[in-house]
Amino acid sequence: MISWRSTWSIYTRELMRFLRTAFQSVLAPVLTTSLYFIVFGAAIGGRMPDLGGVDYGAFIIPGLLMLTLLGETTSNSSFGIYMPRFTGTIYELLSAPVGVAETLIGFVGAAMTKSLILAAIILVTARLFVDYSIAHPLLAMLYIMLVAAAFSLFGFILGIWADNFEKLGIIPMLFLTPLTFLGGTFYSIDMLPKPWDTIALANPIVYLVSGLRWTFYGSSDVNIWVSFGITLAFLAACTAVIAYIFKTGWRLRA
Amino acid sequence: MNEPILELEGLTKVYPGGLKALDSVDLTIRKGEIFALLGPNGAGKTTLIGAVCGLVRPTSGTMHAFGHDLSTDWRKARARIGLVPQELSTDMFEPVHRAVSYSRGLFGLAPDPKRIEEILRSLSLWDKKDERIMALSGGMKRRVLIAKALAHEPDLLFLDEPTAGVDVELRKGMWAIIDEMRERGVTVILTTHYIEEAEEMADRVGIIRQGKLIMVDEKDAMMARLGRTEAHISLANPITALPASLSQYPVEIEEGGTSLCYRGGDGTGRGKAEVADITKALLAEGIDYTGIDVRESSLEDIFVSLLGEEEPA
Ligand SMILES: Nc1ncnc2c1ncn2[C@@H]1O[C@H](COP(=O)(O)OP(=O)(O)OP(=O)(O)O)[C@@H](O)[C@H]1O
Ligand SMILES: [Mg+2]
Repeated sequence: MISWRSTWSIYTRELMRFLRTAFQSVLAPVLTTSLYFIVFGAAIGGRMPDLGGVDYGAFIIPGLLMLTLLGETTSNSSFGIYMPRFTGTIYELLSAPVGVAETLIGFVGAAMTKSLILAAIILVTARLFVDYSIAHPLLAMLYIMLVAAAFSLFGFILGIWADNFEKLGIIPMLFLTPLTFLGGTFYSIDMLPKPWDTIALANPIVYLVSGLRWTFYGSSDVNIWVSFGITLAFLAACTAVIAYIFKTGWRLRA
Repeated sequence: MNEPILELEGLTKVYPGGLKALDSVDLTIRKGEIFALLGPNGAGKTTLIGAVCGLVRPTSGTMHAFGHDLSTDWRKARARIGLVPQELSTDMFEPVHRAVSYSRGLFGLAPDPKRIEEILRSLSLWDKKDERIMALSGGMKRRVLIAKALAHEPDLLFLDEPTAGVDVELRKGMWAIIDEMRERGVTVILTTHYIEEAEEMADRVGIIRQGKLIMVDEKDAMMARLGRTEAHISLANPITALPASLSQYPVEIEEGGTSLCYRGGDGTGRGKAEVADITKALLAEGIDYTGIDVRESSLEDIFVSLLGEEEPA
């Protein structure tokens, strides 16, 4: 029933859009990763003890990766759907014989591919600053793609909900960035004083960062399966919301 | 007559905010015809097209295309429908060729470079195929949108004001394209403000106003029913009363008796014949005239007078 040709068209077009701005797509993560490493890795990291047997510079890699991944994936896919709405080009998608399945698999598949490209760039850049090895590379890949899928769907919802550019930027700025910073990107949760170590567990990003860190170094703040579970639950919730949006045509069809 | 390809029944659209853009529209489009939807700004033309193409959610009514119910079986139906929107909206950074190939893929068809080339050539876009769309002129952009809509070889094509912002030469070119569609058996529904275009192209014309389809008819029949001939005959010497031999015609004295005005006929040529008879009668009466100005009313006049009648006082 689902048209794979349509899905493939959406997928390749989304990737093209990404590659069209390949320069920014590569340069931005390289630059931010380098900056974080210079500030946190070199300047502060030298005075930090190892965390769970991992050098501080290496410790922050999964967090940095998650920081960039969440930001890029969310903004990329929210723009990816907002701009066609804004410029009217969405007419073509709406008038085509494609449903929510083709649209989502196309968009989300592209987001997952982009996330792997992004992760590779960040990991290569990080390598210039610290030595590290990844304990479970396949699981790390899988986890990155899972998170990319979830947050591209989240961005999708954002891009449909937003009816102006301010709204498009506000959620990432007000929630995503602070929660990621507070989510154990640059520290381990048990370094926090009581009761903050418990309160921190209410932050969903903690589980994402922690999960990725586990795939890298085999140890983390929270159980890896809890992390997987929460990521999957978020993915499922976003999928349900989008299926509902497509069914009702909310903000898509007049 | 040909089988119906699109059937709308009681199609109504009330926008949030309460505006009734479509008011119980019934319309049947037959296979292979060129149908022109005429109406002033805000009449509901784009809304009607949007409802069929899945851009607008109808408030009530039913729509069938190719026998498929559009509310349930929309996939099968939409694969065969093409849409050229009124607004020039397309990804401006994309090269022409890729944009058109994408449209074909999106509608689920296998790539066919030959067919794409054919389409681009027929729209004089082939030498622009690698150009980014934003580097094209407005008329070319519109043709790119047409190429995108034709890329999946639709059987039913909607053209929402295809010649808006297009120069005279290109407009003629557009007519040629529509003619080609007709030859290929594609059914075309177009909206336009240029009555001339409907007159030139369409087999049938529908007039829509404030969401109501107030008249649908064969173009020729509409002309015959509503067409008028208007003739002004300038007289050499003023007269005060009509000679009895002219009383059978719809003629009036104008401009203080220096001119006769005929308004009649039906768009089939009866008007012209009557004017000829009138001039003979004038000669027989010995009334001399210095000039005759005869004008057939166009669809435009019909349109304006129809809308005028509808205008609330
Ligand atoms: N998305 C929308 N929300 C609310 N009202 C709308 C919307 N789209 C159109 N309308 C209103 O519906 C009416 C019909 O609009 P529509 O675009 O169908 O007209 P049209 O016949 O295509 O006009 P034009 O010749 O100017 O293109 C107008 O009054 C318009 O303001
Ligand atoms: Mg319109």
